[in-house]
Amino acid sequence: MAPWNVIDQKIPQGRLALFSYISAALVIFLLVGFWKLQVVQSEHYADLADKNGIRPIAIIAPRGAMLDREGRVLVDSYPSFSILLMRDNPKLLERSLPQIEEGLGIAKEDLQQQLDAAKFEPKFLPLVVKPAASEADIEFVDSHRADLPVLELEMVQRRRYPFGEMLANTIGYVGEVSPQELEKNPDRYKPGDLVGKAGLEREYNDQIVGTDGMKRVVVNSVGKVIRTLDNIDAIPGKPIQLTIDEDLQRIADTDLADKQGAVVAMDGHTGEILAMVSRPTFDPNDFAVRIPAQEWAALNSDPNTPLLNRAIQAQLAPGSTFKIIMATAMLESKALPDDFTAFCPGQAVFYGRVFHCWQAKGHGSVDLHSGIVHSCDVFFYNVGQRLGIDKIYHYASGLGLGRRTGIDLPGEEPGLMPSEEWVQRVYHHKWYAGETISVAIGQGAVTVTPIQLARAYNAVASGGVLVQPHLLKNVTDTKDERFPLSDDTVEKVTQGMYGVINEGGGTGYALRLQNVEFSGKSGTAQLMSYQAGSKVGGRAGKLTNGWFVGYAPRRNPDIVVAAVVQGSTEHGGTTAGPVVRDIVKAYYDKKNGRLAQPSTAENIPPSRVIPVVDPEAEAQTR
Amino acid sequence: MKDRPRVQDFDWPLLGIVGVISLLGVLEIYSSTHASAMAGMHWRQLMWIGIGIVGMFLISRIDYHTLLDQAPILYLVGIAGLLVVLVVGYSRLGAKRWISLGGQTLQVSELMKLIIIIVLARYFNEVRTDRLTLADLAKVAALTLVPVGLILKQPDLGTAMMLVPVALVGAFFAGIEWKHLAVGLLLIALLVPLAWNMRHHLKPYQQQRIETFLHPEQDQRGAGYQILQSEIAVGSGGFWGKGFGKGSQNQLGFVPVRYSDFILAALAEEQGFIGVCVVLLLYLGLILRLVDNAQKAKDRAGMYVVMGVTAILGFHVLVNASMVIGYVPVTGIPLPLMSYGGSTTAFVFLAFGLVMNVRMRRFVN
Repeated sequence: MAPWNVIDQKIPQGRLALFSYISAALVIFLLVGFWKLQVVQSEHYADLADKNGIRPIAIIAPRGAMLDREGRVLVDSYPSFSILLMRDNPKLLERSLPQIEEGLGIAKEDLQQQLDAAKFEPKFLPLVVKPAASEADIEFVDSHRADLPVLELEMVQRRRYPFGEMLANTIGYVGEVSPQELEKNPDRYKPGDLVGKAGLEREYNDQIVGTDGMKRVVVNSVGKVIRTLDNIDAIPGKPIQLTIDEDLQRIADTDLADKQGAVVAMDGHTGEILAMVSRPTFDPNDFAVRIPAQEWAALNSDPNTPLLNRAIQAQLAPGSTFKIIMATAMLESKALPDDFTAFCPGQAVFYGRVFHCWQAKGHGSVDLHSGIVHSCDVFFYNVGQRLGIDKIYHYASGLGLGRRTGIDLPGEEPGLMPSEEWVQRVYHHKWYAGETISVAIGQGAVTVTPIQLARAYNAVASGGVLVQPHLLKNVTDTKDERFPLSDDTVEKVTQGMYGVINEGGGTGYALRLQNVEFSGKSGTAQLMSYQAGSKVGGRAGKLTNGWFVGYAPRRNPDIVVAAVVQGSTEHGGTTAGPVVRDIVKAYYDKKNGRLAQPSTAENIPPSRVIPVVDPEAEAQTR
Repeated sequence: MKDRPRVQDFDWPLLGIVGVISLLGVLEIYSSTHASAMAGMHWRQLMWIGIGIVGMFLISRIDYHTLLDQAPILYLVGIAGLLVVLVVGYSRLGAKRWISLGGQTLQVSELMKLIIIIVLARYFNEVRTDRLTLADLAKVAALTLVPVGLILKQPDLGTAMMLVPVALVGAFFAGIEWKHLAVGLLLIALLVPLAWNMRHHLKPYQQQRIETFLHPEQDQRGAGYQILQSEIAVGSGGFWGKGFGKGSQNQLGFVPVRYSDFILAALAEEQGFIGVCVVLLLYLGLILRLVDNAQKAKDRAGMYVVMGVTAILGFHVLVNASMVIGYVPVTGIPLPLMSYGGSTTAFVFLAFGLVMNVRMRRFVN
C-alpha cells in the first residue's frame, strides 16, 4: 500500500448526489435550449433552411453553326457573359450602386431607371444590367464578389452572324421563346430559352438546337454558391450545311444593297438555293444580344418591311416575265398555231377597251419569237384572248405559280394565279374576259414570288421538271414535280429567251455574257394601271417593279436567277437584269476557276447597233 | 469477498449506454458523409471504437493505485510531450496538436486529460482533508494551469479548457469550502471579461470566434456562419426531425464539420427534438451511472478518478451541446462517443477503462 493512500476518508456521498442533481439540471437546461430552437422557433429556421438549398443552373448549349455549301461558316455561336444585378436586398443594392456605376460604367440614373421599371417584378428575378460583358467587366465582377454580392455573372451562348445583313432574311434570327411556344412544348423549353424566330433559324431550330446541361449548386441563405453538386454537360447543337454559296450570296447582296427587292439563285438541276437576298434588311446580330424594344418596334413598323423575306414572301405582279408562261401555254395547248402572228400598232382593243403596248409606236408584225424577244404586249394580249383564263391558269399553275414551292423556310407566300373558279369563290361573280388580257402580260390579279418565277423558268427550260427549292444541303427526299412539256415547246420558248439577251433589240441585250448561253426575260410591272398612272402623273405614276429572270445555259439550266427591284421608274432589264447577270457570271467564273468578282463593263461584249428605241434600249445606252 | 478483479465486474449497464451512444454516433456519421467524398468514415469510426475498447480492457488490468503511484512521472511525461508537440509538432489546420508515432498521429493533449485525472486524484487523496486550504487550492491550480498553458499555446482552447473541470470537480469533492468555491466562481466570472480585454493577445482565429459569438449576424459567411447554420439545422429539424439522411442542412454540407464537432446539429436536424432528448438523456444516464460508480468506489482515490472522468465527459457534452445551439462560441470541442475522431474516441474509452478499473477493485483488498 502506497504511503499516500490511507483509506481513512469516507466518500462524500452528499456532494456526489448534489453533482447528480446539477448534471440533471444542466441536461434540462440544454433541452430547453433545443426546445426553443426546434419547437418554438422551428418554422423560422425551417424557412432559413429552405433558402439554403440546391439551385439548378442551366448550362446553355450553343446552337449549331450554319455552313455554306463549301463549309464556310455563315452563323455560329460564342459564349458570352451577362452581368446580373440581384434585387432581393434593396438596402445592399442601394449601397452598391455608386461602386457599380464606377466599375461597370453604367450611369447610376440608368440603373435606377431600370430598377424602377422592374419594381413590380418578383424580387428574386435579377436584372440584366450588361447583356454582353467585356473582359474588364467580368474581371470587375469577379474581383468584387465579396463586397458586391449583388452582381452575378451568367454564361450564355450568343449567335454570331459574321456577315451581318448579307444573309439576314434567309437565316432569320433568334429570340426568347414566346409564351405560346412554351405552352405548346412545356417539356422542351423553359422561359428565357433562345429559339429560332424566323428564317432557317426557325425552320431548322430542332436540328441545330443543343441540349442544355445542368449544374446543381448548393447556395447558402444569402444565395452564394458554396459548391457544385453535379454537372451535366451541355450537348452542343449540330451544325447544318446550307446550299448557299457565300460568294454568290455576297455578289447578290452587294448588287441589291441600296435597293428594295429580292433575288434568288437556284441550282437548276437540284433546286439548291445558291443565293437568296432580300432588301432592305436588318442585322440579325442585333437580335443576338437583346434587341431594344424601340429597335424591334421600328423594324416591325418600317414601311419598307425589312423583316420580310421578299424572295419568298413578296407577292408581286410578274409583269412581262409572265409572257414565258403564256408562250408555253400557247405552244402546249395548241389553241393557237405555232406560227401565230399578231400585228402590233402600239395598242389594241379588246372587249371595247383599249390595251396599250409598252412600245407606243408598235412592233409591227410579231410572232412568238419576236414577241418574247421584244416583249410585245399586243402579241400576248391576242394569245391571252384566244387561250382564255382557265388554260392560262392550267399552265401557270402547272409551272408552280400561285402555289407555294415548299422551300424549307417558314412563311412562304403562295402568290395568286386567278381562274374562273377563284373569282366565283372569292368574289361571287363571273370572270370578266377583259381581265384575261391584263393577266396575259402579268398584270391584273396575278401575283408571284421571286422563288416561284425562278422555279417556273427552270421548269420551262428543263422540259417541265419543277425542282424542289431547298436550302439544306444533303437532303435526299426532295420531291421534284413534273409538268411535261414537249421538246418543241421548250426549244421555241428557250430560243426566245436566248434572244432576249443575245439578239439586238432584245430587252436584255445589254446583259449578254461571253461563252455563256445566258437566257432570260425581263418584266416591268406597273404598280398602278395604265390609266391610273396617267392620272397621278409624275414619278409616282410611273413606279414599277422591275423583274428579270435569267438562267444558263439555254436548255437544262445549271443556274436560274430571279430578281425583282421594287419601286423604280426604270425597266426590269435595267434594274434587276444586272443583278441576275452578275450572279450567273460569277457562277461560271467560279466554275471555270476564275475568281468570282462582280461583273464590270469589260466583261460585256461590244454593243451592237440597237435598232429600236424603247425604254429598255434607252437604259442600255446609258 | 473476491480477491481478484474480474471482467465480470465491469459495469455492463454503463457499457451498454456507451454502446448505444457510440452506435448512434456511427449512424449519424454515416448519414452525414455517405453521399460525400468522405464516405466510409463510419467504418473508420467503428475501428477507433474497437481500438478504444481494447485500450479500455488493457487499462483496466493495471490497478489504478499503481497508476496513481506513478502520477509524478506521468505528469512529467505529459508535460514533456506537450513541449515536444510545441517544438516538433505536426501542424494541421494552423495548430500544432499532433505528434507522429510510427506513422500515426497522436494528439498529446488528449493523453494529458487522462494524466491530469490521475495526477489530481493522487493529489486530492494525499491532501487528506475535508477542508481544502487556499495553499492546497493554489497547488491544484498550479498543477492544472501548467498543461493548460501549454495546450493553449498550440493553440487549442477547447482541450485546454477541459482540464479545468477536473480540478474544479476534484476540489469540490475534496472539500472545498463554500466560500472558496463562491470566490472561485466569482473569480472566473471576473476573469472572462479580463480575458476579453486581453483578446488582442489571442490568435486571430480565436478573436474571430469570440467576435462571431457576440455578433453572429455581422458575418454570415465566416465563423458566425457556422453557428447560424448549426442553429438552422437544429431549428429546422423541428420536433420529429426530417428523417435519417434527409436533413438538407446536413446532407448539403451547410452544417460545419457535421460528422465531428457539429454531429449533434446533424442529429437534431434529422431526428428532431425527440432524437436530441434520447441522446441527452443517454448522456445523463451515463453520468449518473458514473456517479454511482464513484459512490461505490473502494476509496477516495477511486472516486476522484471516476469523477475526473465524469467531469471531463460531462463538460464536453455541456459545451458541445451549448455550442450547437449557439449558447457558447465555437471552441472545437467534440461530442464524446459520437463525434468522429481517433484520439478523442480513444481517450473516452481509455477513461472508461479507468472507471472499470476502479469498479473492478471496489471489493478487492
